[in-house]
Amino acid sequence: MSLLSQVGAVTAMNLRNLPQRAASSAVAVVGVAGVTLVLVAVLSIAEGFRAALELSGSEDVAIVLRSGSTDELTSGLQQGSVPVIADAPGVARLPDGAPVVSPELYVVVDVPIRGKGSAANAPLRGVGPLAAQIRRELRVVEGRMFQPGTSEVIVGDGAAQQYAGLEVGRTVRWGTTTWTIVGRFTDGGGVAESEIWSDARVLQQAYNRGSLFQSLRVRLESAAAFGRFRDALAADPRLSVRVEREQAFYAEQSAFLRSLVTSAGWTIAAMMGVGAVFAALNTLYNAVSSRVREIATLRAIGFGAMPVLVSVLVEAMLLGLAGGLIGGLAAYLTLNGLRSSTLNWQNFSQITFAFTVTPRLVASGMLYGLLLTLLGGLLPGWRAARAPITAGLRAT
Amino acid sequence: MNDGGGAGVVELRGVCKSYSRGGETVHVLDELTLSIPRGDFVALMGPSGSGKTTLLNLIGGLDRPTGGSIEVEGLAIDRLSEAALARWRADHVGFVFQAYNLLPVLSAERNVELPLLLTRLPAPERLRRARTALALVGLADRARHRPRELSGGQEQRVGIARAIVTDPTLLLCDEPTGDLDRRSGDEVLDLLGALNREFGKTIVMVTHDPRAAQRARRTLHLDKGRLERETRA
Repeated sequence: MSLLSQVGAVTAMNLRNLPQRAASSAVAVVGVAGVTLVLVAVLSIAEGFRAALELSGSEDVAIVLRSGSTDELTSGLQQGSVPVIADAPGVARLPDGAPVVSPELYVVVDVPIRGKGSAANAPLRGVGPLAAQIRRELRVVEGRMFQPGTSEVIVGDGAAQQYAGLEVGRTVRWGTTTWTIVGRFTDGGGVAESEIWSDARVLQQAYNRGSLFQSLRVRLESAAAFGRFRDALAADPRLSVRVEREQAFYAEQSAFLRSLVTSAGWTIAAMMGVGAVFAALNTLYNAVSSRVREIATLRAIGFGAMPVLVSVLVEAMLLGLAGGLIGGLAAYLTLNGLRSSTLNWQNFSQITFAFTVTPRLVASGMLYGLLLTLLGGLLPGWRAARAPITAGLRAT
Repeated sequence: MNDGGGAGVVELRGVCKSYSRGGETVHVLDELTLSIPRGDFVALMGPSGSGKTTLLNLIGGLDRPTGGSIEVEGLAIDRLSEAALARWRADHVGFVFQAYNLLPVLSAERNVELPLLLTRLPAPERLRRARTALALVGLADRARHRPRELSGGQEQRVGIARAIVTDPTLLLCDEPTGDLDRRSGDEVLDLLGALNREFGKTIVMVTHDPRAAQRARRTLHLDKGRLERETRA
């Protein structure tokens, strides 16, 4: 009989015994489920953060910053640069010939977090009149767009949920200006939903920025026009700028936080995993101990040591699979889509995101659960396979 | 005692078995030589610690001697690897245990089928043979019963059916009536006697019970790891 058939036969017998060991098996399953839940939960933060930033980026939108700057906060563009950039080849134009660009300003304002009372840094973005032409997912879902030249603002949906006092119709005081909230908008789940928008020129005056902008968003004729646009700007002696596709820019922006959260997630999971391994170890030692005579009988009859070891490991992995599935599903059902916010270290402002539990994350959690129980099953399985048959036959 | 007559199905020559316990060496079997011819029915008797069960385990390939040699049908089983020894046991030995050692989650017929899982027989044939073995021990009507639904005597008869289902060379019984009342014990001994007489099975049985030993063709008495004497029925 092949090794595989022996493994199948011994494993089937193990599993038929499982109901008699339901309580201790449940401990291992719950342990693995807990670890998987935490792991998937933390990784879903990184995934949500990535999704929020990547949803914001378009292949056919470029962002222009000052050369050497890593983000909008450290960038600065003079008013004189704007028409030069807008006239570059590859820039999309409206039917009237106007280039689709949005010179933008980015400041950070203190806003109390809903339900906490403590303040957090919220991004207040000044945009040009064609900003909505560049962000095609943008929809004003309550109220209206701000009037250019006024101290009116619209608030992203994520910001409205995270912060207190940003309801449409309210007024807020940031800097020396009192702002009126006239609308709430969505942006397809993108990063703009974490922001508050005003007219860029009004924001310049409110924060004494003169004619300085920090970035220029540019809609390109097509995604393929990016190279032509970037090369033209690089060749222009009047400019010293950094040009990125918006999508690549956001991917870079999310890299640090994603790496931080992912590392934290795996570190927590590794620490919890030690506990889960011991739970599995205990469960499977119990399973093996309660079946010492059965195992010895099977081996006396002629079953090999290896099928016994493998059958214990298979049982361990089934427990791990069950725990992983429960933990992954629990994470999906309780967290997926739940909105929260965190500090984006690239620009020191809050970004709202939704916990995003993807099938890949659930699969990662389940694989981790399998690994934990496999480790937990090794020693008991080895013990079962190597125990002297004669001693096992005398066990009570 | 030297029982090294003609070539038997089981040949032990100068077999020693010792254990190290607490830094001290305990000699369980001491230079034991024994020949068991095909079709024999041997009872092993002796006080506790005399080495009866150790001898049975060595003949069945469950343990290895620390000295001497053991041949079964000309094969030196003490030199086989663990895996080869497991295959050899599956093909040549049927064990009957004092506590029956049935798997509680399996029905009687599935317990009997267990050794056949190690063969290449298809499932229907395995089940047919398991039922035949159960019929042979008088339990055809208990095939679907779990061990807990059977009496001790019935459980042991299922154990015997499991031991004979592969038609092994040797039937090794360790106190097969030790946990049974007298009537059930007699039934089991009747069955073993019939298997020896009618089917020519070679049986080695460890027992404390002189009445059980009387059913054997001969009884070997062990003491302190040596064969002291032999009595014949």
